[in-house]
Amino acid sequence: MTSTTVAPSGDGTRDSSRKRPGRGRKYNRREALAGYLFISPWIIGFLVFTAGSMIYSLVISFSKYNLATNVIRPTGTSNYEALLENPKVAKSLANTLFYAVLAVPLEICFALLLAVLLNRVGRGAGFFRTVYYLPKMTPAVATASIFFLLLNGNTGAINQGLRFIGIEGPQWLVDPTWVKPSIVLMTLWTVSGTMVIFLAALKNVPRDLYEVASLDGAGPVRQFFSITLPMISGAMFFNVIILTIAAFQVFDQAYLLFWRDQNNVAPEASLFYAVYLFQEAFRQFNFGFAAAMAWLLFVILMILTFIQVKVGNRFVYYEGERS
Amino acid sequence: MTTIGPSTAPTAAPVLAQAVDAAPPGGQRDPGRPPTRWTIGRVLLTLLLVGFAALFLYPLVWLVAASLKPASQVFDNSLIPETWRWDNYVQVWSELPLLHWVFNSVSISLLAATTVAISSSMVAFGFAYFRFPGRNILFGLVLGTMMLPGAVTMIPMYLIWKEAGFLGTWVPLFGANLFGSAFYIFLQRQFYLSLPRELFEAARIDGTNYWQLFWKIAMPLSIPSFVIVFLFEFQAAWNNFQGALIYLNGESMEDFTAPLGIAYAMTKYSPTAGGEGDYQYVMVASLLVTLPMLLLFSFGQRYFIEGVATQGRKG
Repeated sequence: MTSTTVAPSGDGTRDSSRKRPGRGRKYNRREALAGYLFISPWIIGFLVFTAGSMIYSLVISFSKYNLATNVIRPTGTSNYEALLENPKVAKSLANTLFYAVLAVPLEICFALLLAVLLNRVGRGAGFFRTVYYLPKMTPAVATASIFFLLLNGNTGAINQGLRFIGIEGPQWLVDPTWVKPSIVLMTLWTVSGTMVIFLAALKNVPRDLYEVASLDGAGPVRQFFSITLPMISGAMFFNVIILTIAAFQVFDQAYLLFWRDQNNVAPEASLFYAVYLFQEAFRQFNFGFAAAMAWLLFVILMILTFIQVKVGNRFVYYEGERS
Repeated sequence: MTTIGPSTAPTAAPVLAQAVDAAPPGGQRDPGRPPTRWTIGRVLLTLLLVGFAALFLYPLVWLVAASLKPASQVFDNSLIPETWRWDNYVQVWSELPLLHWVFNSVSISLLAATTVAISSSMVAFGFAYFRFPGRNILFGLVLGTMMLPGAVTMIPMYLIWKEAGFLGTWVPLFGANLFGSAFYIFLQRQFYLSLPRELFEAARIDGTNYWQLFWKIAMPLSIPSFVIVFLFEFQAAWNNFQGALIYLNGESMEDFTAPLGIAYAMTKYSPTAGGEGDYQYVMVASLLVTLPMLLLFSFGQRYFIEGVATQGRKG
């Protein structure tokens, strides 16, 4: 008989006693096999779409790929040499870097400001949070098509608003200087994902810290820098890394506003790395060169993330780390 | 020492907590601070919040307004059209295959969200419940793939789908979802780990097999995180512009997804050097791709915001 102490409560099949873990063995064979079966979709996907693709991509980056005949001809490092000599790669990289340096700090500050404000208000917080989150739900193509007119230098709402306070706004989408700030503006409109992460972190800061600090005579500014910032440094760290990676891959808005058709008025200034990569891959079908570009992006992001982690570890306070 | 930096904060915390306990009861605190100052601060705070709310809402309200204007007024910034052109909607409907686009987008998004939610749950359960050699290394690999920029695998993926004969079909837009997605696996695994293990052990003793354990017990319990994954992926698939650009761009206009359709409409109706264009039609189409998302958000708001807040995702 099987174990009598436990009454089967339903459609028990009563063969479980054979599957108990063996005493001497570290892993139960059946359980391990079942585990592998459960994760097998991911293993297949990883082998084909991740590992396989990466190797394939690496091979292509050292070759010339003929799409018509499907022939891969090895060309050594010529794609990478071409990469280093290509002025458009340098330009798109510089544009992207400039954009990231502009966008990431602004996004962080704006999102943090909104989160702090939302955290302060008692009633109505849910309403404002919802309103602030709506742009995040707006598809990127719609965002681009809306801002295409809002950013119009003559009649757009943004310049009309600036005129109202006595500033003559720039020709956002035409003047090469203002191409990247235009896209930053659009990004700031959809900053609520970052804001929500900050908001969650702010909610976890123990309130008594503030009470004691105010008893000690610390004002709001001092409290912000001495309590709030250190306590949410984990979320800050996360947001900076995620936003940097996203900034280096900015595509949709840049493509929709500038590269959709042939009338691009600022081809130099609006050439972002991901856009140029896309052009080389799926407009020129220059797969070898584009694959090399992808690997360069990968290396750059790895280095940047590594630096951020190294720097971040000195400043980030993890709850329960020391005790 | 003046710095209460990150390094001193944790050690200070217990001391501070004691100080709070020792502090006199609430009535005696803040005796000198007049209540009016707090009120002014509150008014300012509310004004700021309302101001930002107006900034965030303006483009959306303006989108609705612009979709109802005649071509000559699209460039106005008024939120109320001088003349209401309801027939813009009829006009766009006859000029663009909107119904096709929405149908394509809804179908692809449903397929993508369903497949990734099921496959990711399954893999996540595998990682959360079972003990097998190499589990931690494999899960480390899962997390590692989150760091990989999409550009690296973009070209090989294109060639794989091309070789398999799926160019121009929906398969490339959701096919990889059948194998789970790192972020969702991570999210679902966190959820499964939070369930008491005794629950599963009891079911095992009752004779439940591993598949039933997942399908009949773990899955129903994980509905909240399942919904988060589903909604996130639905939104991501609905938004997927680059994928459609790569895989569906060469097809006929009826085969476009909504984002690709909007891009097409932007080109077709943009004011060029010659005339003023018919940009109100783009606004109608843009509204059409935005509304389902706003509706979805109104139903699943809690899931979206909590999903972002608990796991952190830039989206």
